[in-house]
Amino acid sequence: MKKSLPLIFAFLVGFVVLLSEFIPHRPFNQIVSTLEGWFMIISGFAILLGQISLIRMNTYKIIHKVPNWQYNLAGLISFALMLSFGLLWGMRETPGILGHGEGITAWLGLKPFDYLFENAYLPLSATLFSLLAFFIASAAYRAFIIRGLESNLLMITAIIVIIGRTSIGTMLTGWLPESLSFWHIPNLADYIMEFPNTAAQRAILISAGLGIVGSSLRIILGIERTYLGGGK
Amino acid sequence: MAIMTTIGIWVAAFFTLCIFSFLYKDNPFYKFAEQVFVGLSAAYWLVYIIYSIMIPNLFAKLSSDFSGNLILLIPAALGVMMLMRIHPKTEWISRYPISIMIGTTAGISMLRYMKSDILQQVTATMINPFASGSVPVIIGNLLLIIGTICGVYFFYFSKKQEGISKWPSKVGIWFLMVSFGATFGYTVMARISLLIGRLEFLLGDWLHIIK
Repeated sequence: MKKSLPLIFAFLVGFVVLLSEFIPHRPFNQIVSTLEGWFMIISGFAILLGQISLIRMNTYKIIHKVPNWQYNLAGLISFALMLSFGLLWGMRETPGILGHGEGITAWLGLKPFDYLFENAYLPLSATLFSLLAFFIASAAYRAFIIRGLESNLLMITAIIVIIGRTSIGTMLTGWLPESLSFWHIPNLADYIMEFPNTAAQRAILISAGLGIVGSSLRIILGIERTYLGGGK
Repeated sequence: MAIMTTIGIWVAAFFTLCIFSFLYKDNPFYKFAEQVFVGLSAAYWLVYIIYSIMIPNLFAKLSSDFSGNLILLIPAALGVMMLMRIHPKTEWISRYPISIMIGTTAGISMLRYMKSDILQQVTATMINPFASGSVPVIIGNLLLIIGTICGVYFFYFSKKQEGISKWPSKVGIWFLMVSFGATFGYTVMARISLLIGRLEFLLGDWLHIIK
């Protein structure tokens, strides 16, 4: 019963959503919009669940003083700080429990939540992602260079696209006559993006779409039930 | 306010340098900044969800017209049931909200992907390749059709692809590699652009070396 009832629920809601596509009238369209609204609210709680799990995991490490627990403490403090700023004074135009906090906003220049966002969260996320510029290039070089036709195709395309999107690409082949403009690197990059790249992206989209349709059918019909936990 | 702006720039510069220090090797500054990022990121999304989803869709409606929105108590109850997952003994209760979420997602995704990712893409590939007068475009259109068909064939795993049937699959891989190369190129460019942004911040806003 603990598993069969959720399976029936999944079947019913999935079936109603599918049915609403073929009968776009009351009450089906209303049921679907209601279900979509419910989905948003439940997913909000699911995110809350994730945050509770994060707090529990960090607290456990701090209490049991596992190696490097000090960093978990830093994470927890930053979490508490950002959360309390957001709840107390809100974010951007949204007021918090204490309203907009005009006094503190005048002092900081921004709301405390937005101040932390601008001066800590944004620099951290941008720098973390920019760090990948170094690793992505070196990893790709080691992984793909001169390993075979496929890996060379990948690297050559990547180089054409990178050069074609910068001023050096325009400079390198800018001297080519009009009749050979196809071989001008920026034009070549555009051609790759428009035709071979679109073809592969389409193949991926169609194949992934077929996979999603199959998986969705399996879920609705109760064949796929791993999301309930405990295997078969 | 001016002093707080300056402090904000110094904090941003400190975190930027902490992350960049990883280029030398893993160190306490990087670990500290990484954990602070995890904490800030988690709190940011929680506050965002509270203000943009939970309050307007649930709490505001219930507080303004409780009797008129009684039906909203169902997703609220399902949400609370979701939180039961925290404790192993009550974990099974969370299966109900999960099943409703999964069922709704399955139904919506099936329709959405059937329309946008299958039918529309197949329709867009059914073109007359010779309609254009330009040779590169005709070749491009042929590449588009062949690449799409061979790419889809590559993803057909139900039968072993050997003999003559492995060739379309091989052509499919070539197209996929070209596409991955293009995607990789764009990713590198995006990351480099972020890097330039950070260097501009350090040398401009922080050190005032560049204007």
